[in-house]
Amino acid sequence: MSEMTFTLDGENVPFEPGQTVMQAALAAGHYVPHLCYHPEFKPHGSCKLCTVKINGRTAASCTMPAEAGLQVESNIEELNALRRTLVQMLFAEGNHFCPSCEKSGNCNLQALGYDLEVHTAGFRHLYPDRPVDASHPDILLDFNRCVLCELCVRASSEVDGKNIFALSGRGINKHLIVNSKSGLLVDTDIALTDKAMQVCPVGAILRKRVGFSQPIGERRYDQRPISAQALDDAPRQADASGNCAACEGTP
Amino acid sequence: MTDANTKNLETAAYPEGLRRVAIDPVSRVEGHGKVTLLLDENDRVHQVRLHIVEFRGFEKFIQGRPYWEAPVMVQRLCGICPVSHHLAASKAMDMIVGATLTPTAEKVRRLMHYGQILQSHALHFFHLSSPDLLFGFDSDVAKRNIVGIAAAYPELAKQGVLLRKYGQEVIRITAGKRVHGTGSIPGGVNKNVSSEERDYLLKDIGQILTWSHESLTIAKQLFEQNLDVYNTFGTFKAHTLNLVRADGALDLYHGGLRARDLHGKTLFDHYDYSRYWDVIFEDVKPWSYMKFPFLRSLGPEQGWYRVGPLSRVTQCDFIPTPLANQARMAFLAFAGGASAGATLGFHWARMIEMLHAAEMINDLLHDPDLQGNDLVSKGERQARGVGVIEAPRGTLIHHYKVDEHDQIIRCNLIVSTTHNNQAMNEAIRQVARQYLDGRKLTEGLLNHIEVAIRAFDPCLSCATHALGKMPLQVELLDADGERVDVLTRGADINCNSTG
Ligand code: SF4
Ligand code: FES
Repeated sequence: MSEMTFTLDGENVPFEPGQTVMQAALAAGHYVPHLCYHPEFKPHGSCKLCTVKINGRTAASCTMPAEAGLQVESNIEELNALRRTLVQMLFAEGNHFCPSCEKSGNCNLQALGYDLEVHTAGFRHLYPDRPVDASHPDILLDFNRCVLCELCVRASSEVDGKNIFALSGRGINKHLIVNSKSGLLVDTDIALTDKAMQVCPVGAILRKRVGFSQPIGERRYDQRPISAQALDDAPRQADASGNCAACEGTP
Repeated sequence: MTDANTKNLETAAYPEGLRRVAIDPVSRVEGHGKVTLLLDENDRVHQVRLHIVEFRGFEKFIQGRPYWEAPVMVQRLCGICPVSHHLAASKAMDMIVGATLTPTAEKVRRLMHYGQILQSHALHFFHLSSPDLLFGFDSDVAKRNIVGIAAAYPELAKQGVLLRKYGQEVIRITAGKRVHGTGSIPGGVNKNVSSEERDYLLKDIGQILTWSHESLTIAKQLFEQNLDVYNTFGTFKAHTLNLVRADGALDLYHGGLRARDLHGKTLFDHYDYSRYWDVIFEDVKPWSYMKFPFLRSLGPEQGWYRVGPLSRVTQCDFIPTPLANQARMAFLAFAGGASAGATLGFHWARMIEMLHAAEMINDLLHDPDLQGNDLVSKGERQARGVGVIEAPRGTLIHHYKVDEHDQIIRCNLIVSTTHNNQAMNEAIRQVARQYLDGRKLTEGLLNHIEVAIRAFDPCLSCATHALGKMPLQVELLDADGERVDVLTRGADINCNSTG
């Protein structure tokens, strides 16, 4: 059978039936920026950072099934400018203070910002008032930094079988909630070893008392940009003991 | 000169009909402040006040945040001495986690701190004060700035830049970054100093020691050559407060509190700072947003005090590094010790401390503990943490309460500039009395006021606890609040005052 391919920025990309444009691109060593996509979970298609042009029309590459002969454009200024705007909006919408955030250097949102060369705020910050949930003895939930990617929601239901997280509300009022009577994390059966603890791309779900114990220079994105690392593995957080199957061999 | 109206100068007896002059902003001071003068038709000074708006926004901002975030978060208070806040908060959090620091952790932190002292003192002396000191307080205002210094004394300007840069390199290596580093964490540090990093710093320390010594010589010579001015300019006696080591040595990183009254009598010594509120209290005055701390035993009227290099160098029993200690002895012996109360004595004392910092960095770099791997410790969790450090500008107090969920529920900071609030007011009143009273105001005369304030090296950005800078205004009003004239001061250069 002859190999099926589409072109991405002029290069041939082979794919297998059932793969999305994103999956095929990453597998073939082509980076397409993404935030809510994670190879272990069903695509969610919400952040739109992975938007590409397919035969001239925009589409989310993480949900778009690959087809032979498609002409896909991704790394073009027009799209990168849109991606920069999306990142700026995510920063403006929450309370992201990178210099004092313990996820700094390991954060996918920050790493995307650097990689896409987002140098300005772009939008007036909304400074939403979102109290943290520190009720759990070992886990801190900082809603200020949630980017509503639903990775924790997917991990908790699909892998952990617990359904601890959900999104509620619409539009600008959309927010993450905890499925417990009190709405507090302490009243769930979340455990440090849960998959949901490992997937948050930003500093919203944190193991307590880790803080800044990892020195600057040794953090995930200190040495290599996210565009290089996403090819080794999908962006994700290491688990509580620092292990991450897909991170094998990466710094 | 000392009729009843000009005696105290904190509050004019009859403010009606007096003319108000505002110097705003006080330039070449980190942050922004305002001085107001009330003058009568004969240019006699009736009231002098330094206003700094203290927002305490930070104390509110940090509430609810997890305690381990504080040492990094507090650095947003100040771009000039972020390391002091980083370390003071870390010391408070050491108490929260019940830690006793390992030798490596303590020494890495000390190294970071002395790097900070070096860079901050160099910045202050060379960039902020040398224009006044080398050119004269009422010299040509167009040249009285760092650009003028670079033109007239290129070698000196270069040394200032490189001293500062070296201090910043020490910070980068110990904290991870020059600003917003993360090196110090509750209970210890997150990295040691590798032998490569040590060798990199050792390479230049000889030069740094030499330059620090030369800077000290300049500060000393300036004093000697202008003895009359230096001994009297804004000179007043004050109570003092500072940390000292258990053996009475100067220690900028850790110790007990020592307070002496203006006659040199010890009020308390080696006082455990974790109960500082038993000996220090903060007063409020109707005309100022910044608090006025005072020594409880002396009361709010009499109990104000001075912190910073001048207090530290004169009130410690000795300096535990040889060159700086020699310099201290010379300073104390000079002119019968008169320099100890001189506002301009700050500069000399500051350069003694800079030399001390360079000596300490040298000692620490030769200590193998820096390469140790035992970085963090913890013990029994506490609900309250107090961290005190001698920041470049003086005693810095951080105080936190943390609940059982690890969230900060209360925070109180007393920064060096707040400790010196009354002392700075006193210094400018002294200068107003000496130089301004009865004379037509000129830029040069107004600069005398700023010279006195600058000697304290106040950091208004810390003192205001504001996140970000405050807007600037320039005004000259009469006592009814009517605008009489405008005093403009753009980029340190222009100042038109007709009054
Ligand atoms: S908490 Fe993290 S993983 Fe969950 S939705 Fe928010 S950003 Fe995504
Ligand atoms: S990665 Fe495709 S929409 Fe988020």
